[in-house]
Amino acid sequence: MIRFAAGRLTSLVISLIVASIVIFAVIEVIPGDPAAFMLGVNARPDTIAALRAEMGLDQPVIQRYFAWVAGMLQGDFGTSWTYKTPVSDLIADRIWVSLPLAIYALALSTLIAFPAGIYAASRRGGAGDTAIMGATQLGVAIPNFWFAMILVLIFAINLRWFSAGGFPGWDNPFQAIKSLTLPAIALALPQAAILARVMRSSLLDMLGEDFIRTARAKGLTQRQALWRHAVRNALIPVLTIIGLQFSFLLAGGIIIEQVFFLPGLGRLIFQSISARDLIVVESVVMLLVFVVIVVNFLVDLAYAAVDPRLRTKS
Amino acid sequence: MSLLAIKALSVSIGDAAILHDIDLDMRAGEIVAITGESGSGKSMTALAVMGLLPRGAKAKGQIILDGHDILQTPEPALCKIRGKTVGMVFQEPMTALNPVQTIGAQVAETILIHEKTTKAEANKRAAAMLERVGLKVPPSRYPHELSGGQRQRVVIAMAIALRPKLLIADEPTTALDVTTQARILELLRGLVREFGMGLLIITHDLAVVAEIADKIVVMQKGRVVEVGATQDLLTNMQHPYTKALFAASSHLVQLPVHTGSVQLLSAKHITRDYPLPRKTLLGPRPTFRALDDVSFYIDHGERVGLVGESGSGKSTLTRAILGLEDVQSGEITLDGAPVFTGKKPNLAVRRKMQVVFQDPYSSFNPRHRVDRLITEPFHLLETPPTGQARTDAIAKALTDVGLSPDDAGKYIHEFSGGQRQRIAIARALIIEPELIIFDEAVSALDVSVRAQVLDLIADLCRKRPLAYLFISHDLSVVRTVTDRVLVMQAGKIVEQGETETVLTQPKHPYTQALIAAAPQLPQLKQAV
Repeated sequence: MIRFAAGRLTSLVISLIVASIVIFAVIEVIPGDPAAFMLGVNARPDTIAALRAEMGLDQPVIQRYFAWVAGMLQGDFGTSWTYKTPVSDLIADRIWVSLPLAIYALALSTLIAFPAGIYAASRRGGAGDTAIMGATQLGVAIPNFWFAMILVLIFAINLRWFSAGGFPGWDNPFQAIKSLTLPAIALALPQAAILARVMRSSLLDMLGEDFIRTARAKGLTQRQALWRHAVRNALIPVLTIIGLQFSFLLAGGIIIEQVFFLPGLGRLIFQSISARDLIVVESVVMLLVFVVIVVNFLVDLAYAAVDPRLRTKS
Repeated sequence: MSLLAIKALSVSIGDAAILHDIDLDMRAGEIVAITGESGSGKSMTALAVMGLLPRGAKAKGQIILDGHDILQTPEPALCKIRGKTVGMVFQEPMTALNPVQTIGAQVAETILIHEKTTKAEANKRAAAMLERVGLKVPPSRYPHELSGGQRQRVVIAMAIALRPKLLIADEPTTALDVTTQARILELLRGLVREFGMGLLIITHDLAVVAEIADKIVVMQKGRVVEVGATQDLLTNMQHPYTKALFAASSHLVQLPVHTGSVQLLSAKHITRDYPLPRKTLLGPRPTFRALDDVSFYIDHGERVGLVGESGSGKSTLTRAILGLEDVQSGEITLDGAPVFTGKKPNLAVRRKMQVVFQDPYSSFNPRHRVDRLITEPFHLLETPPTGQARTDAIAKALTDVGLSPDDAGKYIHEFSGGQRQRIAIARALIIEPELIIFDEAVSALDVSVRAQVLDLIADLCRKRPLAYLFISHDLSVVRTVTDRVLVMQAGKIVEQGETETVLTQPKHPYTQALIAAAPQLPQLKQAV
């Protein structure tokens, strides 16, 4: 297990190095002057020159790359051109909204999907299965912003249980969680629908396996066989989907952030792209890549925890 | 009182009747074998006794197991009977165990769900039971760390953990090598004696039946056609089907005499290594030697057998001969030309040999018609026949294997297993190769179909000189269809020589062990 983890960790580090080179290359090295791009077509040459100097573009590429990486390792992501504040502060503010929102949504999605998928699989072909499969079909088809608007209409405007948008900060954790609840539900529902379907089909595959028949021959009831033998084996494909969903939830929540007026990472990236603030774009993209790679690493560890065959095969 | 009494059992699924009026009676301590070909209803009978009939199956009649009428018992009560009163062992040990639980936990589970005991106590008993079934690895192992034979021991330990009165074993040794099969059968026999339980063994292998059973039940198409004590039944068969079945299992073919000694295939000092995963991050990759200095030859028109257990390198050798993979050292030539040149197989050589695989169900593309399937080797030819010549070639190939030219327009699912294997042979014959490799080509077939396919092979040899390499784990088949035999063990050819000589006077200890382990049909039947 330790060797397996070490192996995955090595590949994590290599992935991060490769990703940083690609991101740096795409944004700073590929033809076209970033400074000129950021300032637009009407910029005066001396302004461009000043920005070039400020961004260090007059220095050799290798040196710039290492300066960028060294800075990131110390938490220094440079200074935003548009906001005139350190990028690290910008990100720190946003990540405290986006990360909890993603975790919240993922937790909700898992909490809904697991019981729904397991229930549907155990009642295959029955009324419960049909109902759940119908609901997940809807969940997959309907876009999350539409859910978001419906939720606002019902719970914020009519019932007035939640506010319709905005984020009060973490000074009052209860209020903070409350303001993230509707967005998290809107994000979670379509994901839960997908996850429930994967859980169901994966479980049904497992229920057809020989070892389930062996378990039944030992005297386990169908339900015991499902819980003790099928569920854990069915988790592998489900974990894959969870890993993909988390990455999506972290950065892909931009529409939901707009609907609920949340100051999240999605909005930051959207705004900095519109403002051509490449320094912010570069750092946020690197951060997202970092998170995705770390999540994949955790998913790999989870695979190994679930399936002993992967531990020895590293 | 009988331990198990089945009375007038009929099972149907939808409109299809699967079992008709089955009667069966067995006592404690008795070994009863149900035998018959695929589709005879053997396994369905076993599942009915377990109360594990597939969904939608309707059963009539009575199954009295230790005083319980299984068909009338509600599911919760059945769960209490399964595992405690009756245990079951299945055919495929590779998939019968849960891959994510330790073997100890899986055996202990049988104890835990039936008895109020502590986990520690159950684990202790599970460990003892694993030891009893002859497993020499700790209970903390996972199934993937075990061989097929070891896994089957775990499955048996699971089934007998509570010393059930009846053990049902459905083809328990079919997926295993002969030496492993012999040990597992011995274990089952020992357990029956020690625990005084009844053993209902289901197998298509008549040699196994004759060796282990006290009583034989012969089934055909969902009916019991003959029942009798083993000795009585073997010496005095009544039903024509029983006679046909035993005759087919010891079927002998007459090969035309092979003469001449012009070398066709030659393999010299072949070595094939497969890389294994690295042990350390940047260290060298260890290798597994699948073929170790293998040398042999096949003459024109010569029939050569290749026997050995799983993992001995038979498949690797096949791939190397066909030029599907390069080898690390040594050379394989056909008519003097290398089978593998540069980075790819030598097509000029490849068109001189063809292969017939084991599984007649999965070795055809189901979307193609037979004419397209069997003309696939044409792509090896420089000028493939077209138009009438192609039609004629297809008709000839199909006729040669005993099918009709009209079959060319059909799809593969319209044929039975035996017919499919004929089509596979037609595919191999269509470009008139010098050499055919039969890779376990009759192993998946029922005995009667196997006898027909063996006859077909002998017929083909009579029509034109045909050289082949016949790979099989079944010594009795190799004995009748080959002139010479190679015995492989752990990547090496340990013995080779004339088939009859090697099989009657084996020199190498491994060959001796193989022959000793192979169950034999009683001599009296071979004379029939």
